[in-house]
Parts: sequence; structure tokens; C-alpha cells
Amino acid sequence: MKKYYIKTICLIIILSFVVGTGICRGGYDYIDITHPFLRKIPIAIPVFKKIYSGDVAERLSKTASDLLSETLEFTGYFKILDRKAFLVDMGTVTSLANANFHNWTSIGAELLVTGGVLIEGNQVEMELRLYDTFKEKLLVGKRYKGLIKDQRKIVRRFCSEIVFILTGDKGFFNSEIAFVSKSSGNKEIYICEFDGYNPRRVTHTKSITLSPAWSSDGKWLAYTSYAKGKPDLYLEHLSQKRGAVISKKGINITPAWVPNKFALAATLSFSGDPEIYLLTGTGKVINRLTNNRGIDLSPTWSPDGKRMAFVSKRSGTPQIYIKNIASGAVGRLTFQGRYNTQPSWSPKGDKVAYAGMGNGQNNIFLIGIDGQGTIQLTHDQGDNEAPSWSPDGSLIVFSSTREGPSRIYVMTAYGTDQRRLLTLLGEQTEPDWSPRMGNN
Amino acid sequence: MRKKLLINLAMVLVIPGFLFTVSCAKKTIRADTSLTQQAEDEAAEKAKQEELARQQGIEEQRIQEEAELKAAAQNMFLNEDVFFEFDSAVLLAEAQVILKKKAEWLTNNPDVTATIEGNCDERGTNEYNLALGNQRAVSAKTFLTDLGISGSRLTCISYGEERPVDPAHNEEAWAKNRRCHFTIN
Repeated sequence: MKKYYIKTICLIIILSFVVGTGICRGGYDYIDITHPFLRKIPIAIPVFKKIYSGDVAERLSKTASDLLSETLEFTGYFKILDRKAFLVDMGTVTSLANANFHNWTSIGAELLVTGGVLIEGNQVEMELRLYDTFKEKLLVGKRYKGLIKDQRKIVRRFCSEIVFILTGDKGFFNSEIAFVSKSSGNKEIYICEFDGYNPRRVTHTKSITLSPAWSSDGKWLAYTSYAKGKPDLYLEHLSQKRGAVISKKGINITPAWVPNKFALAATLSFSGDPEIYLLTGTGKVINRLTNNRGIDLSPTWSPDGKRMAFVSKRSGTPQIYIKNIASGAVGRLTFQGRYNTQPSWSPKGDKVAYAGMGNGQNNIFLIGIDGQGTIQLTHDQGDNEAPSWSPDGSLIVFSSTREGPSRIYVMTAYGTDQRRLLTLLGEQTEPDWSPRMGNN
Repeated sequence: MRKKLLINLAMVLVIPGFLFTVSCAKKTIRADTSLTQQAEDEAAEKAKQEELARQQGIEEQRIQEEAELKAAAQNMFLNEDVFFEFDSAVLLAEAQVILKKKAEWLTNNPDVTATIEGNCDERGTNEYNLALGNQRAVSAKTFLTDLGISGSRLTCISYGEERPVDPAHNEEAWAKNRRCHFTIN
């Protein structure tokens, strides 16, 4: 993973050539991501202008501008305007600098992205700009140089710039999603990029493999596998061939790495009862975190690592509880419904997403960590399970049987823009969104 | 007088002839008797053999029947699953009846070690079901150890909702899938 990003950095030379004057970086009044009723900002993204003509430039200017549109649309923040409605043919515009903003405001565009593509051999140079069409102002402009095959990385970097200027957060454009897929006939762990691109298989256990969990530096993946015949925990460094196996008597399941530590919480039943333990990254038990007859499992950490939400059946039905690690105090979080499992603590720390069962079906809910403001995000569309937050807290990935076999879906944290992330052979379940990778 | 002598002479000559004849006849009779005896012996022997074969047959049948019973008992141990209610690891009355039979079988087969596989229906979420499957297997094991079966002979494993018997999505299938299944190690 690390290697991959070092390579990226070497290939892409970023020349930040203009930053418009008077932009208040602390303002971010374009998109208030804390507002529950988002209005999508209409944005125009004409096909990038090719500096010299040629087939490669022609093709790349189209694919790169389409990719930028798709990537921005994925965030849920934007309404991508139809190019057919554009009044200006960018191909005829001689200079990118003197855009006539009235042509864009009159079709309802509040933002405009222009791009220029220059091809030299196997290298591409892309100049990308974001304008506020009403203020007639350049918000951010960047020039990138890299290999043609790296156009996706270039586009994503600029998307990150756009989202940062508009929201104050760099977004999730360098994150990945781990999930379980039965494509090979067995459940194995796969990883794809945040938008479903480039899915690849990472385990070859030929058995049941479940519950992938990223470490907070994105370098380690923990998961449960029956590779040795029973559910054991595997801790694996993704780029180096090392790791550990926790193979105690009974079940060894539901790993959750402690933020910024080489340690994790997991459920072990060697005592005869499933309890949550704190373990080192090498698999040694540090101490026991729950002590209650009956099922305790599925830990998830607050971003500061000071509290842990988990599922317990201590009240008779599975419900979500929060434990304060320092004080040891435990409080019940969910009271609505008789089956609430799979908690996932939001990156901003204020909410927990979970799967709640009602009328025999699971749906995704959010609840404030104070127990207030429960919201149901999915409705009447099969079973919806295993929510996991994007690293910026704007999106939630989950699994759903709404179209038949279980697949991976993404929605905004407000439940809007629900769409399938990818389709592979067999069922896909248990997505886990990675933290931001590298230094972007 | 002379006539008497002649008669006597004749007697002397004839009687031994008679005697001879008699003795001959007797000899023949004796030979006949020995043949009958042989036949009788053979029949007896045959009957004895038959009786032996019959007894052997009965014994074989008994052994076979015993083996069949044994196999049936083992099949029952292997094939008779213990069922549960949704989100529960509590042993129902029926489950206890089945487990008592399993305990009896384990007592009669002291060399056997077994694995108890805990399973769940698909409705819950799969991590929780891994724990619930574990609880179901542990419930069954505890019941058997309470009946005197050594805990070291029983291994628990949970498959959660990963190994449904019936993959359908209805109550009938779910009821079949909420189970403990036994295997012999």
C-alpha cells in the first residue's frame, strides 16, 4: 500500500499555479456538510480541451473529463449538468483563462471545471481549474504531469482539491473498501478503490473468510477465517508478508483496530462465553473489556480511542452499548427495536451507524452517541447490513439484498443517493471502508 | 431202528446245513442292521449340521441386526439435529429428548469423540450469528456433560449463518437452519 502511494507521488508532479485571491479557506460556505438537507450544487464540467490535436489527446480529454464528472458525482455534493445544455463549445474557446461566466450562470451552473490536456509521448500534462461562476472567480487551479495511465490518480487528486476548497475536508479519494465476496465459490476478502474500481482478491483461504477490518494507518487488515477449520482471527500486513493468527478455543471473531495504535479489540470465547478482549497487534491478550454472561461482540472505537461501542445481549436482546475505557462505565445506547447489531462509530465521533431489525428485515440506522436523534436511512428494500463510514464521514457503505443477492451499496450519511458500488460473481457482504491512505 | 438212524444222520447233515443257512441268514440280517445304522447316523449328523447352520444363521442375523441397530443408533446420533427458536440458545423440550438419546449413545460408545456444530438462520447479522451458533453448541454440550458425558469428548464449533441446510428464504428453511448438528471425529 505504502509503495503504491510513493510511486504515485513520484509520477505526479503537482504545480499549484494559481490560487485565486480573496478565497477564505476557513469559510467553506459552499457546502455545509453538517447540514442534514443537502442541496446539490449544479456544476458544469465540459470536455477538457486538448492542447494539440491527436487521437490520444482526443480520447484522454473525453475520458478524463467524464471520470472527473463521475468522481465528483460520487460524493453526493454535486448535480452534474448535461453537456448538451451547454452554450459554449469548449473546443472553440481559445483560452481557458477568459471564460465567459454568463454562458454558465444562464444554464444554472454555479461551479465550472475546465481542463486542458497536453500529451507528450506516454506523458500527460493536465491543467485543471475550478471556478465560481457567479462570483466569476477561480477557486483552485492545478497543473499535473504524469504517465497517461495515471490519469485516474490525477483526476482524483483534483477532485480532492475541489472538495477541500468547498467543504474544508479532503474527502475519501485515496481510500479503499474491503469486503467479502463469494465469487470463487468460497467467501474471501477483496479490496476495491472507494468507487468500486479495480476489485482484487486478497485472501486465498478456500474456506469461510469474514469481517475485514482496516487498521487506522491502512496498512493492516484483520479478518476471521475458517482456514484451519474453525473461526480464527488473522492479522495481516497488506504489503509485507507478515502477521499473526489468534486461534484460541471457540470463536475468534469481530476485530476492530484501536485508532492510531497497533492494538485491536476482538471477540474471543475461550472462556466459554463470547467476550471482548483488547489484544496487541501481534495477537496477545492485553486485557478483557467486557465481563458479562451471554454474548458480547462487534466492538467499534470512537475516533479518539477512548470509548468503544459494542453489541451485548445482557438485556435479553442484542443491543448496542458504549463503554468508557478509562472509567469502565458501560451505558446502553439503543432502546428502539429488539435486534440492533453491527455498530460503526462515525469518523467525526458524534454518531453510531448500525443495523436494526424490524418486521424481520435489517435496515441501516444512525443514532447520536447521546442516544438521541435515531434516523432510519434505508427502507423497505431487502436486508441492509454492515454499515461502514467513509473516512470523511460523508458516505456510508453497506450491503443490501434489494436487488436479490447481497451486493455492496453506498449512500450519503443522510441516506440519499443510494447506489450499487460494484457487482462481482456471487454475493458481496461486510464492507469496511479504509482510512485515508498515504499523504494526500 | 435203522430208519431212526437214517433220520438222525439226516438230521446231523441237515441241521448243520440249516445252521449254516441260519448263520448265513443271520449274517445278512446283521449286515442290514449296520446299513440302517449308518443312514441314521448320517441323518443325525445332517440334522446336527443343519441345526448348527440354523443356529449360526440366527447368530449371524442377530449380529447383523445388532449391527443394523448400532448403525441406526449412530445414524440417529449423526442425523437427528437439535433445533432452536430465533435468537435463542435455550434447549426446547424436544431438543432435550434428542440430546438424552445422544447422551445414551455416547455412553454406549465410550471411544467416540464428537463435534457439535452450532448453526443459525440467515435473518440475524452474521457476526452476531457466529456468537449465537457458539452459544447453541455450548448449550448442547453443557446438557450432555450434565448427563455425565466427559466434556473432553465434545468439541464445539460455530458456523453462524454460513452453512444453511436449506438455502431458501422462508420460515420453514429458517427453522431447519437454527440447529446443532453432530459429527463424529
